[in-house]
Order: sequence, then C-alpha cells, then structure tokens
Amino acid sequence: MSVHEQFAEDLALYALGSLDGAQRHALEKHLDGCAPCRRELELLRGDLSLLALTTAGLKPPARARQRLMSAVADEPRLPVAVPAPERQQRSWWTALGWPALRWASTCALVLVGIGLLWQNSTLQQHLASLRAQFTDQGTKLEQANEVVATLLDPDAQKIELVAAGNKPQPRGKAIYQRRNRNLIFFASNLPALPAEKIYELWLFPANGGAPIAAGLFKPDARGSATVVNPPLPEGVEAKNFAVTLEPESGSHESPRGTPVIVGVGE
Amino acid sequence: MPSADPNTMTSDVALVTAIRSGDQGAMTPLYDRYSSIVYSVALRVLQDSGAAEDVLQDIFMQIWRNPAAFDASRGNMAAWLAVIARNRAIDTLRRRRPENDIEDVVVSVEHDLASEADRSRTMDKVRGALQAMPATQRSALEMAYFEGLTHSEIAGKTGEPLGTIKTRIRAGLLALRKVLAT
Repeated sequence: MSVHEQFAEDLALYALGSLDGAQRHALEKHLDGCAPCRRELELLRGDLSLLALTTAGLKPPARARQRLMSAVADEPRLPVAVPAPERQQRSWWTALGWPALRWASTCALVLVGIGLLWQNSTLQQHLASLRAQFTDQGTKLEQANEVVATLLDPDAQKIELVAAGNKPQPRGKAIYQRRNRNLIFFASNLPALPAEKIYELWLFPANGGAPIAAGLFKPDARGSATVVNPPLPEGVEAKNFAVTLEPESGSHESPRGTPVIVGVGE
Repeated sequence: MPSADPNTMTSDVALVTAIRSGDQGAMTPLYDRYSSIVYSVALRVLQDSGAAEDVLQDIFMQIWRNPAAFDASRGNMAAWLAVIARNRAIDTLRRRRPENDIEDVVVSVEHDLASEADRSRTMDKVRGALQAMPATQRSALEMAYFEGLTHSEIAGKTGEPLGTIKTRIRAGLLALRKVLAT
C-alpha cells in the first residue's frame, strides 16, 4: 500500500477536520478514486481515536443517563422489518385471493402503462411542436438582427435615390413606438457641421407640450447619422420630429437653432 | 488486526442489532459501556460539563435513531465513538453545523480496544508516546485535536511556519502509530 505523498499531510488535516476550500475539495476528489489513501485516512482516524481515548476515565453525571433514557422512551421506534418465513399451508386467501389480486394488479399496471405511453406520445408531439416554434422564432430573430446590424453598420453604404438631375436634399426618417419608448432615426445628406455645432433631434408631443430632446448626433462624412432609442419620457404621443443645428453642448430644454429637417407627418 | 475479545465484540454487535429492532433496553448497557469515553472526550474539548452532557446525549440519540450508522466491520465502537465525540464537540466549540454524518466516519485501529482492560493497556502506551514526543510536536497535535485549531491558526499562535505545523501534526500521529505497533 502506498499513500500519494502529495496528499499525505493533507490527509492528516482532513482527518482532523481542518482542511478547507480548494484543498479539501481536491483531496475528496482524490479519495473517491484512491483506495490506499482512503485506507490511510481510516488509519489516521484510528490514530486520532487513540489520542481521544487518552482522556477517558471521567464518568458523566447520573442525570445524563436518566435524561438519555427518557429521550429514548419518548422516541419509540418500530423494529426494522425482516422477511417472514413462507408458510407450509396456504390459506384460502393465499390460494384464491392473492392470485386474483395479482391478476388485478397486473391489469392495473398494464392500463397505467398504456396511459403513460399515450401521455408520452402526446408530450413528444407537444415537444416537437415547441421545437419547431423555437426554430422558427430563432430564424426570425436572426433575420431581424441582420436587418438591424445592416441599418446600424457605420460602414454600410447609404445611397439616397432622387429624381435624376436633382441634388440630394437632407432627409430623415423617424420610426417611433410610443408603447415601448423605442425610437430609431436615420438621417442622410445632412450638411457638414460648422465648428462648435451639433445636430439635435426633437420630439414634438401631440398634446402641444414643449419639444422633448431626443438625442445629439454628428453625421459621418457622407452626411448620414443614426439615433437609436434615446432616453424619452413614458407614453408621449408624437406629433412630429425635427432636427435643429445647436451649440455643441446642445439645447436640451427647447430648440434654439435653425431647423434643418422637419417631419411632414404620416 | 489483532483478535478482539469475541464476547465483547459480539456483545456490541448484539446490542446494536437489538437497538435496530427497536429495543430501548439495549441502549442502557451500550450507554454504560461507552458513555465515559464520549463524555471525557467532549469535556476535554469543551471544558464545560453541561455542553459535554449535551454532546453525550446527542451522540447516543443518533445511535438510537440510526443504529445502522455503526458498522462493526469498519471499526470498533470505542474508537468510532471517540472520533465522533471529538468531532461533534469541535463542531459545538466552533458553533458550526456538524460537518460529517456519523455513518460517514470510518475508523481503523490496529489495536484491540474491545474491553476496558485492553483500552487501559493501549492508553498507557499512547500516553507514554505522547510524553516521549518533542513538546512542540505534542502541543501542535493537542491544539489541532482538542482545541480544534486549524494548522493556520496554530501557525499564527506559535509563530511557526505553516508547513512546519502540518509536518508536526502528521509526524505526531505516525509516531503514535509506530509506538503502538511495537
């Protein structure tokens, strides 16, 4: 028998109950598959028991015995069942009742089995349906992600088509969902920003309230820009959107600058 | 393993078998035989007679509730109870939940501890071995075992390196085993 030396000292600490954390975990894992180390652990516990036994000799007070016996009496236990020997003579119930009962039990088990098979089949169908739905949802989600990724990709080419011969004009498209406060705004052909200026998107509430700042942005070299889900108050119905040219810090409370593009409504 | 006193061993096994069958009366001789071991160990660790009585009560009630936890083929009862008593007392001292179920504790002793006379002879040897140890080694062993200090705590208390403490504890235990083997 040989104990793995790298665990030898830890085994003694483990037997003492003073090994913690990763060392304890590693040793327990090792013990699962190492009979010599398990045997050494038993021997170490034996060594420790000898140390414990050096204290022996003190008798507990008499009341401790009475206390234990009272507690035992308060917790009567049923004996552990042992198999009864088979009788030589069989009673009428043994001769008739038990076979009938066994037959009935068998029938019941068969019926339960059929029921379980049917239930299993139904569950399998349901599972297949859920899998199909899951696959379909996954495909749709993937397509949606591709669309969003394309729309938001700064490297994607955004080309505005206008009537032949006309110069492209600044344009914007705001897609707003009041229920979830989702707003996606695309702009194109915006003029390059003057120094210390920035564009700001505004939401004009349908109730005539003050315009709400919906994001500062700078267009790229081609005049394109995107604003996605700026922070907005809840449940505001939009009458219109506009983009203004503002000082670089933005106006925030109300538009001060010149409108560059204004919504025309639907 | 040296031969045990067959009568006493059978008696332990017979008592446990009777307890398994629900015989409350079998608890009395078992308690009379081993309560001193459990109480002495618990008292040494806890230094409090009331707390030691609680450990005594707890361990014997566990035997009553789960007598199958003692497997005579895996160790003798005196050693098994001594280890369980020490562990439970340390758990009490540290105010923590018991770390091991009693059935998980397997103890192997190469010495015959079945009778009081056997135990007395063996204990004389163990006490002699402890006295023969270097004081630092005996102290590390006793702090770990009876005070429940971890090797880190002992190292902090004594100012010794952690590795030295670990080595001393293991070497101390092996020294006990070696003395008893002669």
